[in-house]
Amino acid sequence: MKDLFLLLTIFAYAGSLALYLRFLVTGKEIAGRLGTVLLGLGLVAHYFALLERSRGLHTVPYHDLYGAMSLFGWLLALTYLGLELFHRQRSVGAFVLPFILVFFVAAHLAPADRLSPPPAKGIAFAFHVTLSILAYAAFALSFVFSLVFLSEQRLLKSHKFGSVVWRLPPLELLERMSRSSVLVGLISIAIGTALGFLWVDRLHGQIWYYDPKYAVTLMLLALYVLYFHLARTATWRGARASKLCIFNFVVVILNFAVVGYLSHSHRYF
Amino acid sequence: MEIVLVGLNHRTAPVEVRERVSFTAEQSRKAAEELRSRGILAETLVLSTCNRSEIYGVPPESSHESAPGLSSFLSEFHAVRADVLSVSLYHHYDREAVRHLFRVAAGLDSMLLGEAEILGQVREAYRYAHENGATGPVLNRLFQGALEVGKRVRTETELGTRPMSVASAGVKLAERIFGKMNERSALVLGAGTISEQVVNQLRDRGIARLFIMNRSRERADELAQRFGGRVVGWGEWEIALKVPDVVVSSVSAEEPVLRREMLQAAMAARGNRALFLMDLGMPRNIEAAAADLYNIYVYNLDDLKEIVEQNRHARESEVPRAEGIVDEHVGKFLSWQASVELVGLVDALRARLREERAAFIHARIETMNHLNAAERQRMETMMDELLEKLLVEPAERLRGEKELRRKIQNVEALRDLFLSNREKP
Repeated sequence: MKDLFLLLTIFAYAGSLALYLRFLVTGKEIAGRLGTVLLGLGLVAHYFALLERSRGLHTVPYHDLYGAMSLFGWLLALTYLGLELFHRQRSVGAFVLPFILVFFVAAHLAPADRLSPPPAKGIAFAFHVTLSILAYAAFALSFVFSLVFLSEQRLLKSHKFGSVVWRLPPLELLERMSRSSVLVGLISIAIGTALGFLWVDRLHGQIWYYDPKYAVTLMLLALYVLYFHLARTATWRGARASKLCIFNFVVVILNFAVVGYLSHSHRYF
Repeated sequence: MEIVLVGLNHRTAPVEVRERVSFTAEQSRKAAEELRSRGILAETLVLSTCNRSEIYGVPPESSHESAPGLSSFLSEFHAVRADVLSVSLYHHYDREAVRHLFRVAAGLDSMLLGEAEILGQVREAYRYAHENGATGPVLNRLFQGALEVGKRVRTETELGTRPMSVASAGVKLAERIFGKMNERSALVLGAGTISEQVVNQLRDRGIARLFIMNRSRERADELAQRFGGRVVGWGEWEIALKVPDVVVSSVSAEEPVLRREMLQAAMAARGNRALFLMDLGMPRNIEAAAADLYNIYVYNLDDLKEIVEQNRHARESEVPRAEGIVDEHVGKFLSWQASVELVGLVDALRARLREERAAFIHARIETMNHLNAAERQRMETMMDELLEKLLVEPAERLRGEKELRRKIQNVEALRDLFLSNREKP
């Protein structure tokens, strides 16, 4: 019973991945629909798994690395499901679900950190962290869409493709989906960062004090704004914009993996 | 409740015969009326497409003698000599007739395996016959089943998903880049047969704007008028290449018509919006080096033919799955048919047993003078109860249990066992 939601989430996400793959390979519409249903069920079970874990540790999900990773996976799934329903396109599900599954499994099978509770509390801080994680999830999605775009474009250009290409989304739709997810990310990170500054202002009585995370986050914001603009221009639309989107996500990873450890006020995201 | 089918198709009859035996909508209605008024069929449906003419029907009496009558009718109706027609016609009854129709709806009997149009034609033929009151419970059920089979085969298998002609493969590829065609525009270079096929495909996919460019202005005007396009003067490349998302070229020319430099300039003018080029000319109309340009996709005739060939293999590999769906629905239909026939059989049996009971009572009980009226009444009631028990319980089981119905392969045998010819429903 203790691991009920954990198991339910793994089964739902794994089932969803299998069905999305089946949809991609065989084109069976019913498999795709069931994949979406299982993803929805996985989201619900994942929510309760997060809740159960937080209760067990008596803290918020993003308190430790594993909890933050699990929350990232949940927001990734949520954003993807929203985009899938908005664009009515489920053939990229097979490419997104492995990321969700990996983040969830890695987060929940690893031992929890035993850190002292952070000094940060309050709604502004909670939204700052959650919106920042949502932004990274949305950027991760645009990264996946850009990868699929480049692969599909390469296949179409080279004329060497099998049955899968017929079921991948049209290139222009992939571009739109990537832009949509970047827009979600931009809005989230803009609000999240503003809330972060607001919270720091209250905490320290001043907005500006040095933290490398600020510089990299603002650079990230600028890079994604640049992508959002360039992706619609004559010179950049298509493969070039997708490559820029992939480069931007490398900066996201850098921000997460390196800068996070250099920052004295940010822990993971 | 026999089902009979008489018809011919692209495999059994040459096009000259198919043309003579085809039905217009009005002829279908008239033929169905005549068949019913002459007592040849009680329910009728005529399915006529460019590749087949078939009459499905339910004769008023159960016998395997309705097909010759139908053949004679076809010969008379279309004024084609019976000996000419007889070599092309096929006759199917019951299970085989059902199976044939389901295979037709699935696209398994089509000239182009898995073609999509046939399902729409079956639907239209059924709607027309139904509206004219030509169908009854059996054909209604049969054709609803056929439509379901067609839909399932198209959603559950890949029989109809992949393009099977060069034109449709090209248009489907364009959809891989742009998505739906209803907000897109296309330029067609050349106005030959293959261009027409592509224009047809583009129109079917809802292309928003169509531009036609041809050396002969007259032919371009004709094509544009027929398909609702706009003619662009031959050689006005700057204007012609600025707007369209798709360019289809099938021009007879020794040298490439579209050179790399021309396309490079056009891409700059159109802000590098993606451009899909279908080169159907032989020799090629588009310079091969143009394929390297940014956001340009070039497919020539050989590329498209290769895709069509791959798709043909893929479709063929789906045939067993489609046949499985057909068999499943044939079984369902026959099971329904048997259950309906059982209702008729049980009703006839009940009537017969009531008659027997009345005769029995009249002959035996009336002569038993030692019984008073109340005892006679009681005996009659007990006999009624016994008969109901003997008859109703097995009948209910037969209705409820599909497996049992399947075991009783031929309800006709039961009928022959219990009822004389006079009493058959």
